[in-house]
Amino acid sequence: MSDSSETSTPIPEPEQVHGLLAEYSTPQQLIAAARRIRDAGYSRWDSYSPFPVHGIDPAMGIRPTVLPWIVFAAGLTGGTGALALQWWTSSVDYRWIVSGKPFFSIPANIPITFELTVLSASLTCLLGMLLMNKLPMLAHPLDRSRRFARVTDDRFFVLVQASDPKFDAKDTAGLLQATSPRGPIEVVMEDTKSSNVIPRGIVYALLVLATAAIVPFALSALARVSTSEQTRLDIVPDMDFQQKFKAQRENTFFADKRAMRLPVEGTVAVGELRDDDHFYTGKVDGTFAKTFPSQIEISDATMELGRKRFGTYCTPCHGVDGSGQGMVHQRARSLMQGTWVQPADLRQDKDIYRSVGELFDNISRGVRNMPAYERQIDTQDRWAIILYLRALQRSQSAHLEDVPQAERGALK
Amino acid sequence: MAAVGNLDPWQGDPAGQERSNEGRDYRSWQEPPLGDNPFAHITDAVIRVVETPKPPRAWYIALGVSLCWLVSLVVSLSYLVWKGIGIWGTMHPVAWAWPIVNFVFWVGIGHAGTLISAILFLLRQTWRTAINRAAEAMTIFAVICALVFPAIHIGRPWLPYWLLPIPNQMEMWPQFRSPLDWDVFAVGTYFTVSLCFWFMGLIPDIATIRDRAESRTRRFVYGLLALGWRGSARQWHRYERAYLMLASLSTPLVLSVHSVVSFDFATSQLPGWHTTIFPPYFVAGAIFSGFAMVNTLLIPAREFFGLKIVIELRHLEMMNKVILATGTMVGYSYAMEFFIAWYGASPYEQFTFINRAFGPYAWAYWTMVSCNVIFPQLFWFKKVRTNLAAMMVICVLVNVGMWFERFVIISTSLARDFLPSSWGYFVPTIWDFSTFLGTFGLFFTLFLLFCRYLPMVATAEVKAIHPVAHGH
Repeated sequence: MSDSSETSTPIPEPEQVHGLLAEYSTPQQLIAAARRIRDAGYSRWDSYSPFPVHGIDPAMGIRPTVLPWIVFAAGLTGGTGALALQWWTSSVDYRWIVSGKPFFSIPANIPITFELTVLSASLTCLLGMLLMNKLPMLAHPLDRSRRFARVTDDRFFVLVQASDPKFDAKDTAGLLQATSPRGPIEVVMEDTKSSNVIPRGIVYALLVLATAAIVPFALSALARVSTSEQTRLDIVPDMDFQQKFKAQRENTFFADKRAMRLPVEGTVAVGELRDDDHFYTGKVDGTFAKTFPSQIEISDATMELGRKRFGTYCTPCHGVDGSGQGMVHQRARSLMQGTWVQPADLRQDKDIYRSVGELFDNISRGVRNMPAYERQIDTQDRWAIILYLRALQRSQSAHLEDVPQAERGALK
Repeated sequence: MAAVGNLDPWQGDPAGQERSNEGRDYRSWQEPPLGDNPFAHITDAVIRVVETPKPPRAWYIALGVSLCWLVSLVVSLSYLVWKGIGIWGTMHPVAWAWPIVNFVFWVGIGHAGTLISAILFLLRQTWRTAINRAAEAMTIFAVICALVFPAIHIGRPWLPYWLLPIPNQMEMWPQFRSPLDWDVFAVGTYFTVSLCFWFMGLIPDIATIRDRAESRTRRFVYGLLALGWRGSARQWHRYERAYLMLASLSTPLVLSVHSVVSFDFATSQLPGWHTTIFPPYFVAGAIFSGFAMVNTLLIPAREFFGLKIVIELRHLEMMNKVILATGTMVGYSYAMEFFIAWYGASPYEQFTFINRAFGPYAWAYWTMVSCNVIFPQLFWFKKVRTNLAAMMVICVLVNVGMWFERFVIISTSLARDFLPSSWGYFVPTIWDFSTFLGTFGLFFTLFLLFCRYLPMVATAEVKAIHPVAHGH
């Protein structure tokens, strides 16, 4: 820091002068001075204050910044980009079915679109403001003025640059003097000593850091193309080796070396006793039963239970009418699944004449594409479904003559 | 008075002189009257805290305690990575326990700062300038504490980057339809934007510290951070525009963050979580807890650092009014949850709420109700609103209550599943406590360092709203 800039006269060689600096005590004085300099037709000048002075923009003739439009464009880009990202990843590149929901639907994608719009606009707002203000600018001729240090505290300044076409050392100084500044007009010299060049030590440190940053990437790249004799490192052994056995694994503790254990011989778990073939398997003496077991009461209540269970478990594939045109089938058709097999039409003759025991077996153990429902539907309920199915089959292939005389009028 | 005389040694010296802090009495600070030129007084009152060679003893004690707690965090997290999340009490059926409670707790606290800086700015509430800087700092530190938890509760804490859409060799992408991924974007964006907002506000004030700096190191470090800000009118013009835009962008963001956090629960089908009142209820609760935390921090800070001249009692009173209003909203939400449970006629929902109030977690529920609904009602009285001790106690209670609110929502709903066979009771372990305490260590350490090394009040904004700045 030199003290040469503290004197007002004589003015040194013009090419070394950066500009003339005037100091003011209040924002009102600053505004008054700015008006005069603006009216005098100067263009390369600026005023400086510790806080944004209300009314300085018109006084200086500052036009509204284009920053809002840049931010708006950035927000649009962020929003569009977010939508494109979500659309491409989830419905083109990595299709992942979740409960049959559409791969791309605006409502589920609104939150992230909104967040990325705001993020993009905000970052642009800050960076745009800094870049348009030519920041960071770590060195400036004004830094050599001791008085100017108070610009961030409580003083107000005007600097008219020597590069202004209207600049004339004497005239400009006179104009500034006429705005009744605080203290003398100061000549600000060009900064020839310090520069914007980064100190060499910092440059070397950054270079070393940048080189060191490559090392981990280089090591992992090397690991990908080379082999190693050593076993892999278990950074978290508790996670890699857990004290438990998984299904179907070996366990040398037992003679049969199975981790999964069979029930003790000659025992039956509570509620697992199945000593009635007709009721539990639908078979009598090894062949499918033609009648309902005695545990099933043929009644309206059983029929209603069957209707409910059919609605829950059967309609998704077989449809409410048993035609095999359920929602799953329609969805598969709309997706044009080539390997899709249509669920059975339960109204066909072969199903109508299939014995109740065989139907029970089909529901319990599954058939073709249909999975086993033994674990999902109670035994009682499976029989109830068959009872309802019988009624459904009759109603679906019924003739007008089957309807009681009194009801026929309503159907005609 | 000597102290006041020393305030402005350059007064009446038009040529200007070498600035010097010599002879200034930092210890026996006396509040100067705000006279014709209040700007220097504002600068001095705030920047003095950063410049004083020795901060108050309370600062050292508080930092010592905070660092001990921070060590507890480091130890807990190291053991967690080593051993796995089984060290916590998190267990079936309460599979979302303290980590999520603490996450929501900290994110909620982190709402005050940006609300004060953005929404109150747009509403032209000039009193915000006294507290917005500290509140924004608090926001950023709270969100940092919050972000610790989602990162560590994922089972394999070294893989949190899987949450982000980074092209990878597995050719997999995050599930953008999941509220958990919305959370990643909402909290991440909130943190980034809050940091931008905070840093932007700091630039002019850091420049003030740079210009007053005595040592080379200070001038270099603060000079680098100030980016060469010199307060040009053309720069201020763009700065103010940018500030207004950031405030406008942050306003919907503040409201969205806790709404998205509430979606984690609201879009599930668990009774007690599956409810549409959650987004507004969570936002009100977040503002409630955030304002309480701002007061908890600022009451001692203004006392120890002599900032009463800037952070006035009436500012704290304003905060208390907001706490009263949001606390009442939270109370309304509690009542409305019960009403909907009854009106909705879902037996599971009804059971959940009766179980909350009278089941095994009744102690937590009534702690929450008394801390959040009953005690803040004392703020109706001006005597309580303007009494520092009373507001300190109530604000701490509010934060206790808000932690319990999240605990009640998460634990009671999970502990009573649809199936009585999977009912359970959550018991935390010592590691749950040490991790949670550790985040307080992180929070207070960061805040204490902020108080010491960065200006606690936005001096440029306080100056700009001063009547003298407008020629009055």
